[in-house]
Amino acid sequence: MIETDILIIGAGPTGLFTVFEAGLLKLRCHLIDALPQPGGQCSEIYPKKPIYDIPAYPEILAGDLTKNLMEQIKQFEPGFTLGERADTIEKQEDGTFIVTTNKGTKHHAPVVAIAGGLGSFEPRKPPISNIKDFEDKGVEYIIKEPELYRDKDVVIAGGGDSALDWSIFLTDVAKSVTLIHRRNEFRGALDSVEKVQELKNLGKIRLITPAEVKGILGEDHVTGVAVEQKGKEPFIVDTNHFIPLFGLAPKLGPIANWGLDIEKNAIKVNNALDYQSNIPGIYAIGDVNTYPGKLKLILCGFHEATLMCQSAYKRIYPDKKYVMKYTTVGGVEGFDGTKKEAPKAVVKAIE
Amino acid sequence: MSNQDVNIKIIDREGVIHEVLAPTDMNMNMMEVVRSYEIAPEGTIGVCGGMAMCASCQCYIESDHELPEKSEDEEAMLAEAFYVEDNSRLGCQIRITPELEGLKITLAPES
Repeated sequence: MIETDILIIGAGPTGLFTVFEAGLLKLRCHLIDALPQPGGQCSEIYPKKPIYDIPAYPEILAGDLTKNLMEQIKQFEPGFTLGERADTIEKQEDGTFIVTTNKGTKHHAPVVAIAGGLGSFEPRKPPISNIKDFEDKGVEYIIKEPELYRDKDVVIAGGGDSALDWSIFLTDVAKSVTLIHRRNEFRGALDSVEKVQELKNLGKIRLITPAEVKGILGEDHVTGVAVEQKGKEPFIVDTNHFIPLFGLAPKLGPIANWGLDIEKNAIKVNNALDYQSNIPGIYAIGDVNTYPGKLKLILCGFHEATLMCQSAYKRIYPDKKYVMKYTTVGGVEGFDGTKKEAPKAVVKAIE
Repeated sequence: MSNQDVNIKIIDREGVIHEVLAPTDMNMNMMEVVRSYEIAPEGTIGVCGGMAMCASCQCYIESDHELPEKSEDEEAMLAEAFYVEDNSRLGCQIRITPELEGLKITLAPES
């Protein structure tokens, strides 16, 4: 069981900055994120895009913002559970919470701060009516174990880098690889596109374009897919596996079932006070919350995180007196023993 | 009506027709117009904020207006999106200009 003071769900900019504000109050944080790296959308969707409305940064790349936040919080030694999605929450008799991920990792904390942005990133599932019936029975949206495909017939759908790269990789593993894409052109790294072309010429990849998989065949397991190719009669491709690779999209996911008030696909919070949800001890900050006048901006998330930490402190230490202290005055004392502070002015009297 | 506004017909995901006025002087795009009139629920449109990276604002152009060409980013996203037709566009990439007067669009299904 991982123990912490504030359990933050979501390691995007708001979640990361929470670690800093909590650290100033001597509160430790642990973050859970479904993505394998911190930064949230900033690192997953648009690391190379500039942001122009971070105060005092006329321009900063989203990836650099993440890097800077990680640097800013490092002395507060945050813990990370990455690549796992927070699935369930149980309130304990003493008012604390246990949050368990989809992989069974348990976290225990008196305060939970949901900084989940748009939700957790899940594979985008093509709109094929019976696709759900075949999930893990031949339909996989993510390739976890390439050996699963050894000596099997595999159909991959998609036109981006992951569809290309896995098609190339699986030619050495699978019995056959078929790549189906809605367009004739692929949009991936030049190397990958050329390699696919080469493997196609060698007969190692069967390319079907412009075409779409419209149906899945099989009883207990996939045995084939129904394909519609432009200008042709629909036909069937026999296969053991169908792997649709259409990227990731955020979904609010299991958090929606935690008993929180949800409005507009976001968690309703008390913005007049401390960004607490309808469940005391569970806060929601950043893009994941909503209140009258809400703006989904990183800078608003930073503000919300700061107020939330003050409230969390009072919840954890109801009897301790505390007033906010400026970092310029108090410096920053890390849990790692470091201390940042303003250099003392050198004063020398004239004799 | 300000003379900087254009009339646009938007058919929502339930098939309801909305006739709205869209300003041409606020650097708005079609996705933002849909959101400003709350024609699709928050969180189901403009998810990526308008970077042509999620296709939640996909729409079908129903009138014969000449729209500016698709950018590389828009082409790439539409290549990966679902329910794509020949007249598909990403709303976030369509800037509201006077030329759009009388435009008619249908919002693509949520995916």
